[in-house]
Amino acid sequence: MTASEPPAQPYAELGLKDDEYTRILEILGRRPSDEELAMYSIMWSEHCSYKSSKVHLRRFAGAQEHPRILAGIGENAGVVDVGGGTAVTFKVESHNHPSFVEPYQGAATGVGGIVRDILAMGARPVAVMDSLRFGDADAADTKRLVDGVVAGVGGYGNCLGLPNLGGEITFDPTYAGNPLVNALCLGVLPVERLHLSAAKGIGNLAVLIGAKTGRDGIGGVSVLASATFEEGSSAKRPAVQVGDPFTEKVLIECCLELFDGGLVVGIQDLGGAGLTCALSETAAKAGLGMEARLDAIPLREPSMTATEVLASESQERMLAIVEPARLDEVLAVCRKWGAIATPIAEVTGTGRLVITWHGAVVVDVPPASLADDGPVYTRPMARPADLDALHADDPSRLRRPATGDDLRATVLQLAASPNLSSRRWVTDQYDRYVRGNTVLSAPEDAGVLRLSDDAPAGVALALDGNGRFARLDPYLGAQLALAEACRNVAAVGAVPIAATDCLNFGSPENPEVMWQFAEAVRGLADGCVAMGTPVIGGNVSFYNQTGETPINPTPVVGILGLIDDVERRTPMAFTGAGDSVVLLGATHDELGGSEWAWVVHRHLGGQPPALDLTAERALGEMLVEGSSARLFSAAHDLSEGGLAQALVESCLRGGLGVTVSLADDAFVALCSESASRAVVATADAASVLTLAARHGVPATVIGRVGGDALVVDGAFSLPLDELRAAWEGTLPRLFG
Amino acid sequence: MPARVGVVTFPGSLDDVDALRGVRLAGGEGVSLWHADADLHGVDAVVLPGGFSYGDHLRCGAIARFSPVMDAVIAFARDGGPVLGICNGFQVLCESHLLPGALLRNGRRRFTCHEQRLRVTSVKTAWTSAYDEGEEITVVLKNGEGRFYADERTLDTLEAEGRVVVRYLDANPNGSLRDIAGIANEAGNVVGMMPHPEHAIESLTGPGTDGLRVFAGLLDSIAR
Repeated sequence: MTASEPPAQPYAELGLKDDEYTRILEILGRRPSDEELAMYSIMWSEHCSYKSSKVHLRRFAGAQEHPRILAGIGENAGVVDVGGGTAVTFKVESHNHPSFVEPYQGAATGVGGIVRDILAMGARPVAVMDSLRFGDADAADTKRLVDGVVAGVGGYGNCLGLPNLGGEITFDPTYAGNPLVNALCLGVLPVERLHLSAAKGIGNLAVLIGAKTGRDGIGGVSVLASATFEEGSSAKRPAVQVGDPFTEKVLIECCLELFDGGLVVGIQDLGGAGLTCALSETAAKAGLGMEARLDAIPLREPSMTATEVLASESQERMLAIVEPARLDEVLAVCRKWGAIATPIAEVTGTGRLVITWHGAVVVDVPPASLADDGPVYTRPMARPADLDALHADDPSRLRRPATGDDLRATVLQLAASPNLSSRRWVTDQYDRYVRGNTVLSAPEDAGVLRLSDDAPAGVALALDGNGRFARLDPYLGAQLALAEACRNVAAVGAVPIAATDCLNFGSPENPEVMWQFAEAVRGLADGCVAMGTPVIGGNVSFYNQTGETPINPTPVVGILGLIDDVERRTPMAFTGAGDSVVLLGATHDELGGSEWAWVVHRHLGGQPPALDLTAERALGEMLVEGSSARLFSAAHDLSEGGLAQALVESCLRGGLGVTVSLADDAFVALCSESASRAVVATADAASVLTLAARHGVPATVIGRVGGDALVVDGAFSLPLDELRAAWEGTLPRLFG
Repeated sequence: MPARVGVVTFPGSLDDVDALRGVRLAGGEGVSLWHADADLHGVDAVVLPGGFSYGDHLRCGAIARFSPVMDAVIAFARDGGPVLGICNGFQVLCESHLLPGALLRNGRRRFTCHEQRLRVTSVKTAWTSAYDEGEEITVVLKNGEGRFYADERTLDTLEAEGRVVVRYLDANPNGSLRDIAGIANEAGNVVGMMPHPEHAIESLTGPGTDGLRVFAGLLDSIAR
């Protein structure tokens, strides 16, 4: 190298590949400044650019065209018109890697981030849910993670005054080195208030509202979210953000008052990628330019560099686009709430994002080159080499319970297993009552929320995934997650109308993972068309693996449902002694990937249950119609643990037993996980059977509610006290 | 004219909407009061709601106590006006020395949210006047720092004077001394309780409607 040649730039350390760096040189026609290089590395990271997933996610595009959908993929969150001038917005997002490094803060800021996404749509956040996955419940590191993550989800959500409606918590060794923390938020807004994130109007000002900017979270998206963990991941702790829910609560109320007063023309949250993302995305969406004065930003640490300010992922910040004439009013509202507000940029017509730092221009780039023109990869794909062997290892070879006593022990063992036992240890750490509109929450099949005090309409929400099914068949596994979430929503009496997804996968650089991803997206896209529930937002989380071993592919699906009158919601508890219990749907010998195979034999193999989405939809429509006709005293979907677990839960929830007669093979009847099934309790079995026949849903009266035991005729009797002790004891025993 | 009941919003208050709904469902008029406004706007009673005022910074309720509105609330209480502090509001009342004792971190050190059975042990306050003495009710308990603590003499005085208003039934959920869930001041007009009656006012959304009578009893007392 000659003396005149400038030193090489550290693009590789920032996560940029050689060809990506070359593209930056082409775009700018010169070497990027340090600040520009940092911004490209952030915006072109997997987390921000979706560079590996983009070509696949296009499959979701077709289904978005529906008059009810007001905003879809590409906005901060999807928005659905629910009638009466009201819209709801919801989205699920991952915060997996931060939660492994620092469980409490990782989970807390995961909630904080998704809540700001919802706020950025102009909505009041009104509820949260969470989907959590950890290693084996009794594994060495699990207690640390569960303690921290649950306390973090609760600590942040409780402090924001957002009811937690439920979700899921699953234990499986596949997540031992890489837990999954997926948080969902739901918001409500008047249709006319829908805020989009474009920085419109030349001369308008961008006002940064909320917390001061500090050094926390720098490199979060490029270091934590877009690479695989290696040994010594605690060294990455500084890349985890630190949350302050009080500041966020004040920020929410402040922004809502700004919306109500019509004081902002656009708004964007600062999440992953912080100011870099907020400035470039708002400018790119408007097709305009922006001139920002970085040194105007209030800093927590005055010694921060321009690059650090641009990369900071400090929490609890929003960027509002404001007309200059309204600035004083905006600042007055912020003062009222004690939220720091600083004008930091002006919208320009130059088409350039220009950033100055103490008088010097440090960034001058086309904003779309950061936000929209990132690299797009069509990664190589390969069907996993072990899949045929996995399919061949069918659960039919596993020993099944031979006697009534064996079966009794199996049902008890399943009820007490970490994945099927009572979730109360978790859900009692979450506030589900605040705001007074929670009609149903965990352990019910779906959360149900009243939308206002003055009208009976409400929404239902369910969040489901099954990594084992997806490991065996990612196409089908994604559809089974979708089907279960739809079924849960229908079971409470609501009509499923839209979906959000959190796609948790290993490294996209692994062709087998990429194949799993593509299959899951294809399955979900096809399934959503069949179920009439377009995916209107979500998130992709890659690099979930430890060393070379990826997690089981885990698409998690959130479904939003509508219910015209929340008074008619169907709970899961058996409460009517003498009611008939009707099994809906067809049961086959399907135990591949089942809880029984796992809990009793630690076995994962064969095929997941078959799925007929037409039958699923028929079942859902029947459940909603039965609820509308108030035919059911209880309804409960059948999923993990099959009929046995559904009966256990409905009995224990209502404190009433049940006696059932099961034809043929009682074990298969109880433990199979065949899809598209539910149990209902009714005082009018004849009408239920007629309704089922009209919808083409197989229906069998299998027994009667009553007594204080779960009784299977000719096989066993399990007193509810014994069942309850087993079911409720597991998580407290494991986690204290 | 229905009685007007003020509900204070501090930065970080959460259950203010729920308390206002409780007042409304009981037939009263709820009036939002802002922490920075020292004027109570002529309300007949004041509720300090649950939440995390000022993010529980320093200590729960410690900063809210110095809000301008609290000067007015303290004067109102000293004049015999009915004041109820729920959860964080109870903590604010203790910090303001309108009530004795303190609320410490739960015995099990975790936030807990569940349906809680209580026994109403004093019906002499306006806020509990609609219950029968000794009545068992179920409302919601949710807090991380709800363990009532006071010295032995204070506890003895509270009991001797019939100022323990509600007690926990079943297992003590947070280690509160003598199972105390709520207390009153000497005059009986100021009441603080950790459990949330405002979350048990509609059978649709709460564990029954036992909590509604807190607000109904207040309104009756004001009318009389």
